[in-house]
Parts: sequence; structure tokens; C-alpha cells
Amino acid sequence: MTPQAQWDWSIGSKTVFDLAVNNDEIAWREENEASPDGEQIAAIVRTQDETFTVQVNDELWPNQFDRVWYLRYSPDGRLTALVNDGDWKLCIDGEPWEEGYGFVWNTLFSQDGSVIACCVSDSMQYGMIKDGEIWPNLFINANNFVLSTDGSHTAAAVQTIPLGQAEIFKFKQGVFSVAVDGEAWDRNFVNVWTPVISPDGTHVAAQVRLNLFDYTIACNGNTWNETFAQVWEPCFHPKTNAIAAPVRLGGKWGLAVDGQVVWKPHFFQVWHQRYTPDGNHIVAIVCPQYGRWTVAKDGISWKNTFGDMLLDLTLSSNGQRIAAVGKENERWTIIVDDKIWPNNYDMCWKPVFSPNGEHVACKVERSKKYTIIIDGAPYNRDFSHCWNPVFNQDGTLILIRGIIDNKYIRIVEKVSNILK
Amino acid sequence: MKERVWIKDEGIERGAEALTPERIERTINAVLGNETGARLMAYVETCVHCGLCSEACHFYLSRDKDPSYAPVGKVKQTIWPMLKHKGKVSVEFMKQATQIAQTECNLCRRCVQYCPFGIDIAYMMSLVRRIVHKLELTPLYIQDTAHSHSATLNQMWVKDDEWIDALHWQEDEIREEIPNARIPLEKEGADIMYSVIGPEPKFRTQLIYQAAVIMNVAGLNWTMPATPGWDNSDMAMFTGDSEIMARLKRAHFETAARLRVKKIVMGECGHAFRSVYDTGNRVLGWRMPPIPVIHALEFYWDLLNEGRIKVAKQIEEPVTFHDPCNVVRGRGLHEKAREVVRAFCKNLVEMHPNREHNLCCAAGGGVINCGPPFKNARVESNSAKAEQLKATGVKLCIAPCHNCHGGLDDIIHKYGLDMELKFLGEIIYECMEKPEA
Repeated sequence: MTPQAQWDWSIGSKTVFDLAVNNDEIAWREENEASPDGEQIAAIVRTQDETFTVQVNDELWPNQFDRVWYLRYSPDGRLTALVNDGDWKLCIDGEPWEEGYGFVWNTLFSQDGSVIACCVSDSMQYGMIKDGEIWPNLFINANNFVLSTDGSHTAAAVQTIPLGQAEIFKFKQGVFSVAVDGEAWDRNFVNVWTPVISPDGTHVAAQVRLNLFDYTIACNGNTWNETFAQVWEPCFHPKTNAIAAPVRLGGKWGLAVDGQVVWKPHFFQVWHQRYTPDGNHIVAIVCPQYGRWTVAKDGISWKNTFGDMLLDLTLSSNGQRIAAVGKENERWTIIVDDKIWPNNYDMCWKPVFSPNGEHVACKVERSKKYTIIIDGAPYNRDFSHCWNPVFNQDGTLILIRGIIDNKYIRIVEKVSNILK
Repeated sequence: MKERVWIKDEGIERGAEALTPERIERTINAVLGNETGARLMAYVETCVHCGLCSEACHFYLSRDKDPSYAPVGKVKQTIWPMLKHKGKVSVEFMKQATQIAQTECNLCRRCVQYCPFGIDIAYMMSLVRRIVHKLELTPLYIQDTAHSHSATLNQMWVKDDEWIDALHWQEDEIREEIPNARIPLEKEGADIMYSVIGPEPKFRTQLIYQAAVIMNVAGLNWTMPATPGWDNSDMAMFTGDSEIMARLKRAHFETAARLRVKKIVMGECGHAFRSVYDTGNRVLGWRMPPIPVIHALEFYWDLLNEGRIKVAKQIEEPVTFHDPCNVVRGRGLHEKAREVVRAFCKNLVEMHPNREHNLCCAAGGGVINCGPPFKNARVESNSAKAEQLKATGVKLCIAPCHNCHGGLDDIIHKYGLDMELKFLGEIIYECMEKPEA
């Protein structure tokens, strides 16, 4: 796929594919996936001869398989699926990887989509495959798989020592570690969760449990000196590789950086913390009052709170603006910079900032119809299905991908027209 | 009188070897001091030792009314001495307290209804379990299950690929019956996420099959996750490991949120409902489940009343219905359940007492999960349930809960009841219209 700037940003609407057109080869069609540039719509299809393949616009992949699942577009526009033709393989744009395995799952993409990885099990051994290369070492079990943002490294929580039935004392000695690109740390823990790879790829941090009660963060196999009653997943400073993680002390949650508490533990919950891109601030989802949820920046909570749930903490690329999806009394909406959008919906998807952070948009659902909203203003057409919108580079245009009357439509609209 | 035996369990025995009086005292006082408050003191101060809770307990009833098995008797042997002696209790005391709290109370909360003050003795037994966890005395088998939860986020050590493979397998099986049926995985924006407990992909796959058939016939927009977070069960809740419980429930709800579903429909499990609807969500800071959770019983009732499923035939033979504690006392689903049972079965014969007064199966609260060492004692401790079942005179019992199935199955065998057990979903699957089949 061409870089985003070179996509067709001509204002207007075009029907890319008429989904109502019958293809005699197809028995049924599964969920639709739209390509990032909006030029393709694809779905797993069941053929009349009881095999599976993928239809992209009006074309079928040449290969047919016993099973196809997890159809996903890479951010660079390549279409991937997990396929079985006797062995399990990852298939990209209709071409399966040469090597087959016992099972593959959980396709992962680097931020730009140039690197594709997935999880693998083969002969009861577990690991990862990156761009067709399997880890040099596989493990008795592995989970919590991750691919670094730049695609240079993979990591997972791995089991390095076998456990028999109910061997609870052996378990307490520690049988889990972190493997990075297939190489396990030289230390085991009682538990390991959520490895995270630093932006420069030099560090991997994870939550660990040292015994049944003491939790901390380990980085490259070394733990913080401090332990806590609980921790959640760590995150790295974008420049210094400092590690921030929610920690629980005295029954309340705060935040620690490199083991030192920087947000006093007075929250009922803290999670999904992130550094701003410049590394100067930390934001997180917090529960400042029991049953009420909001965003905190540097430990200071927003005034507006939600009773049901808050998720999808999203920062603009300059880190100046913050958005999240909130739910109150079973209705979903968006909060941006502590201001709640006036309308609520049956569902809201993850907010998307324009590259300069000026606008925020998302996909919403109301009464089984979908549309997109920009800065609280709805687009004037409803869809039977749509995907999250994409801004152009200067944030003046927005790409809308949706289905109306069984036709998949690609729309480029001026943001200002929607905001009128 | 059936004599209580102090059972040797490897988890308790080896755990006790590492205990010192100082650690016991420090741990008890830390838990009581840091993790309790007015609620505990109100319960302790309010109890007038009237013993009215005794008749509520199936252990007491089944153990020849031995007062040491009465709810208040269990408190008397656990929390009260811990408070009275300010944590200065012996290793032997803690071993016995472990057996009592972990294996002789199902946390069924029947006794709450019989206490004039509504004292929740299950809360106090849970508190003992929390202390037991902190002292590393938890019985072997349930501790292993909690370890599984911690390492895999499911209770049966099911690996990531095994879960997906089980769903693919069931989907293939269903297509033998309904050619176009699907188990949609990772379908973002579906209305429903269907969640189950660890044993279903491991050895009760027919339940996934039957649920999927119901979903397909009802024409629902549903999905199942292909990631950890699919298991709604929670033995960590019953070992007092609140931290692992929190981790499990976070994964479950965040999986549902990631999939953008409107609600979670869960299979026929009682304890998982308690964890998802009451304890697990609340330990994380959510007053109520952040994504609504609908237990299978309520879901079936909805489907029936919305006309999404229709009755093709009825079970002719008389049936009885077992009320699982966590969805009846915990959610009040007894009437909806009966409406569904009556729709599919011609003759429902009630157990007595029933509904919110029904006797527990003796498996719940993690008791059955303490495994073989405690099995005989557990089954002996529920002759009251056996008598209740026997008095119905029927040969088919519907029990919409996994642990209840395990517990009742043991009772049926021990007391020679000649009774078959079924989940309600099995009955519906058997008797519903399946136009595409």
C-alpha cells in the first residue's frame, strides 16, 4: 500500500464493492475488514466445495484452505489471515508462509506494519514467529506475547520448568520467565505478566510475582528493590527507559517510577498509564472515588468522572491532548481534555486524533446504525457498518469507510463540512 | 454422631511446617487490622449466639446437628479466637481453621437468611481463607487451581492455542448438525460475548457445542474471545487471593470491552457469576460489572420470551430443579429458571425447601476444588441434600451450575439415588426447534 499521504484524498464518495453481487462460488461470507486506505474490503468466505478462502473486493485468493480465521489488515495495508492446509500458516495477501506449524494465532503488527509476527505452538512447544522466522528456542508454554513498536523484537512470558499435577511447592520456586526473541532471562519468577519492550528495543520489563504476595517489576531480569501488594503492566519513558507502573500499597493504588512512588497511593484503581511522547508527563485511567472513573495527569484527576467504565486512553501525537471512552448508566461517550461530548451512544470506539491534535474522531453506534463523530459532531450519514475514521496529514480531511445498502463505500470529506 | 476427622492435606501440612507463632500472629493481625473494619466488628459484636443459623447449614443438618458444624460453631472455631487472642493462636489451630473455613463451609449464604441480624458468616469464612492464603496453608488442589488462574488466566491450565483449538473443533462438530453454524471468534462489535469456565474446553466441550447451537438458532450476533480473558471462573476468590481474583476479572471485562460487546452472557456456572457480578468487579473499583453480565438462566428466559427459541418437544418424565446458591440467593433467578424448565419439561417436581431456601450442593465455595482428600467428608456432610433429592422421587435433576453438578453427582453416587443430572442448556438443546438442522 502507498504511504498515507499518497492515498486518494480526493473529496467525494465512491462505491468500492457491491456486497450484494452474488458469487456462485461462495456459500457464505464472514465479517468484513476494510483496508486502512479504504480501497479494499475483504472477508473470509466459505466456498461451495466446503473449503475456506478470502475474498478481496470481487476477487478470491487463489488458494483454498480447510480453515481460515483472524483476517486482519496490517497497518501497511497487507491482508493477513491464519490458514490451515494440513499445517497452520500465516498467509499474507494470499501467499502462505512456506513453513507450517501445529498452530499459529494472535497476529501482531509493528506500528508501521512492516513487521508481522504471530504466536506458534508445535509439538507442544511454544514461541513466536517474526516475518517467517521462528524463535530459536521454544518453551513448555508461553503467553502474554508482544512485538515491539518498531518490530525489532518479540517477547513473551514463558514456562522454563515443567510442572506436574498439583506441584504447588515447585510452582512457588518459580517456573516462569520472560523470553526475548526466544532467549529466556536467566531468572525465574512465581509469575510473569505483560512483558513490554522499550522504544529503543534495549529493555524488556514485566510484572512479576516473587512469592504468593509480593509483586514488583522486573527489567531485563532484574527486579526493582521495592515490592508491592499488587502491580499492573509497566510502560517505558520514551527517551530514558525509566519504567512507570501502577502499584498498590496499603490497599490503595498509586504509581511508581523505577520503584519509587511518584503518585501517592490514594486511588481505588490506576491502570493504562502512559508517558506523553515528550516524556514529561504520565497519564492514566484512575478511580479516584470508589465506583467513579476518570483520567489523571501527573496524579491529578480530571473533574468529570464516569460510573460504569473508562477505557481507550488516547493521546494526541504531540501529547497535548487526551481522550478516552467513558460509560455512564449504560451509555457510552467520549471525554476529551476533561470535557464530555454532549451526546451518548450504544457504543463508542477508540478515539482517533488528527496528526496535529486539533480534532478527535471516532466510530459510534446508535440503534444498530453506525457513523463517525468529529469533535462531538456527527457525520450526516449512517452506515450498517463502518470503521474508525482516518485523518489526512494536516487534519483537514477525513477518510470514512462504511457500508450502506450492502455497498462498501469509501468517502473523503472535509472535516470542516462535518463540523458545520 | 459422625465424627469429624482432621484430614491430612499436603498443602496444609507442608504449609504448616513453615509457620511460626510470630508469623501467624503478624499475619492475622495484619489482615484483621488492614483489611477489615466496621463490617467485621458489627458482625462480631451483634451476634447473640442464638444458634438460629444452625438449621440453615447442610453440614450441621447432615452431621447429626453437631454444633461444631453450625455456622456460628465455625465462627467460634476460627475468627473469634483469632480476635480474642489477638492472633496468638497455634499452628494446630490454624490447620483446623483452614479445614473448617476452606472445606466445611460452602459460602452459600443460606445462614444469612436465618440470622435475625443478617450476619454474613460467609464473609467471615472468606476472611479466614484470606488469612489462610497469607499463611500459605491453602489446600493443595484448590491452590493448584489458583496457580493455574495466575499463570494462564484460566482454571484448568488451558494453553492459549488449546482454547482456540477447542472452539474450532466444536464449530466443526456443530456443522455436522447445522451446516452453516459458526462460533465467531474475536468478532468486534458483536452484541454478546459468550464466556465459559475452564472445564468446558477441557472436558465439557458439549456445553460449548450446545450453547453455540442455541446462539445460532436464536440468530444472535455473538462472539467468543480467542485470547485469555475467556474464562469467567475464579477459584482465587475462594482461596482468599484477592489479587489474582482482580487480575482475572480485569482480563475478563477488558476482553469484553475490547470486543465492544453490549453484554457478557455466561454459561451455567454459579461461583463464576458471584465473581463477575459481585466480588471480582468490586475489588477492582467497579460497583457493578462494567459490561452487563447475564447468567445463562436469565439468558434462556430472555430468548424464550423474545421468541428467539421455541419449544419443539417437552421432556415427558418428571424432573426436579436444583437452585444454585450464587444465582438464586445471589441474583434471584429462581422464578425465571422455573419458567424455562416448565416450558421444556412437562412435570417439575419441587425439592423442599426450594428457591432461595434451597440446600447447597456442598461442592460450591471452592470446597469440591479442594479435591480428593476432602471428598468423603464433603459427601458425608450433605446427606440432607440426598434426602431432599430422594424425596422428589424423580430420576432427572436439572442443575444449572458446574460445581453443583460435581457435588450432586457425588451425592447421587454415594447415596445410590439413581438420578441423572443435566444442565438446563442440555435440556433446551434437546427440546428446542432447530430449523436449520
